[in-house]
Amino acid sequence: MCLAIPGEILSIHGDTALERTGIIRFGSITKAANIALVPEATLGDYVLIHAGIAISIVQPKEAERLFDFLDAIKLDATKKAESCKTATSSGEAES
Amino acid sequence: MKYIAEYRDGETAQQYLTAIKNITTRPWNIMEVCGGQTHTIVRFGIADLLPADIHLVHGPGCPVCITPLEMIDKAIEISSLPDVIFCSFGDMLRVPGSTQDLQSVRAQGGDVRCIYSPLDCLKIARDNPDKHIVFFAVGFETTAPGNAMLVYQAAQEELNNLSVLVSHVLVPPAIQTIMSSPQNRVQGFLAAGHVCAIMGTQEYTPLAQQYRVPIVVTGFEPLDILQGLYLCIKQLEEGHAQVDNQYARAVTEQGNTAAQNLITQVFRVTSRKWRGIGDIPQSGLSLSQQYARFDAEQRFGMAADTPVEEPKECISGLILQGLKKPSQCPAFGKTCTPEHPLGATMVSGEGTCAAYFKYST
Repeated sequence: MCLAIPGEILSIHGDTALERTGIIRFGSITKAANIALVPEATLGDYVLIHAGIAISIVQPKEAERLFDFLDAIKLDATKKAESCKTATSSGEAES
Repeated sequence: MKYIAEYRDGETAQQYLTAIKNITTRPWNIMEVCGGQTHTIVRFGIADLLPADIHLVHGPGCPVCITPLEMIDKAIEISSLPDVIFCSFGDMLRVPGSTQDLQSVRAQGGDVRCIYSPLDCLKIARDNPDKHIVFFAVGFETTAPGNAMLVYQAAQEELNNLSVLVSHVLVPPAIQTIMSSPQNRVQGFLAAGHVCAIMGTQEYTPLAQQYRVPIVVTGFEPLDILQGLYLCIKQLEEGHAQVDNQYARAVTEQGNTAAQNLITQVFRVTSRKWRGIGDIPQSGLSLSQQYARFDAEQRFGMAADTPVEEPKECISGLILQGLKKPSQCPAFGKTCTPEHPLGATMVSGEGTCAAYFKYST
């Protein structure tokens, strides 16, 4: 039930703050949704829509972090492997 | 679709799996709280790809599953009344009460409507002034703002032919119940991303500290789950117990304050019964005094809950607390199927048993 789908705001309508409505594009489908609870959302923003109501604005920079994080893990793992290699070779030299 | 397709990339998933294998040195039990996350885990076979030491425990985060039978019976009673238009999210229609379900009421001539958004009820109420419109307001914190907005707008418009049957629940008290159980075996949590989009990450910090348990706020796509698991296992391996936010593209520390304000205005915190688990103090929402006139239970003079017994062979309570898996239930797939569910975890597509049945059989 807590499903929410990201969609792009194509246009904004509504007379009052609580009636603020966006036309949202989900892939090839467009549908109206209430965007009153994300008052800072503007045209072109992606919002998460749950049961016809926007609950959050998708932050593009944060969205990239999952992939950047993987690069950081790999870098960390490489450094650790190199440090182990160095420790092993220095251990061998000492013995 | 943007923000979905890239989070299902197989090659990146493989890299995360390798990273998880590299940091795992011993067994860990990790619970994903939300039924949507369980669905992703079972659908994409994530549990089978993880190291054998990582045990995923499926949590109680499916509001359809944990809505008590007594409340389903009240919905059926109200929806059977003449001059009532009963509106509900579609996944509640097939949940059996003690004698029948809402779909059966509709088949017998009751005006039961499946709606996309709670706000759809406003138009139905305006268009049908001679009928009484009742909305079945179930869900976790994710759904509460929309349901609160329905009540708020109905009050603004003085729509007196609309009321709500409220069965809202909250996640943190459920985590407390799980962690306080003497049988608990959960060592880390993937918290529900969309609940936290509303409430923020802040209310989980005291839980992580009190129970010395890592809590990683996590999204719903396969890569979200894998990164959430990586972050949780890393904390466990390093002996940390803090709140991490994997789903920062949608969740902030403070959450959606406009939504929180609306919830606080329309609802008040109350104790609730969770199907399969029992009463949990301060674990739900009811209408605040200011909006009590929209309470369908009061408006239709519903009697206090009469406890209804669950089928004895059903172990959904143990499954909801992460103590058993569907495969350990003798009724699973035999006398209990999505067509004829016996208990909480089979009644909804997001329920653990229903997900296992759909993707494992």
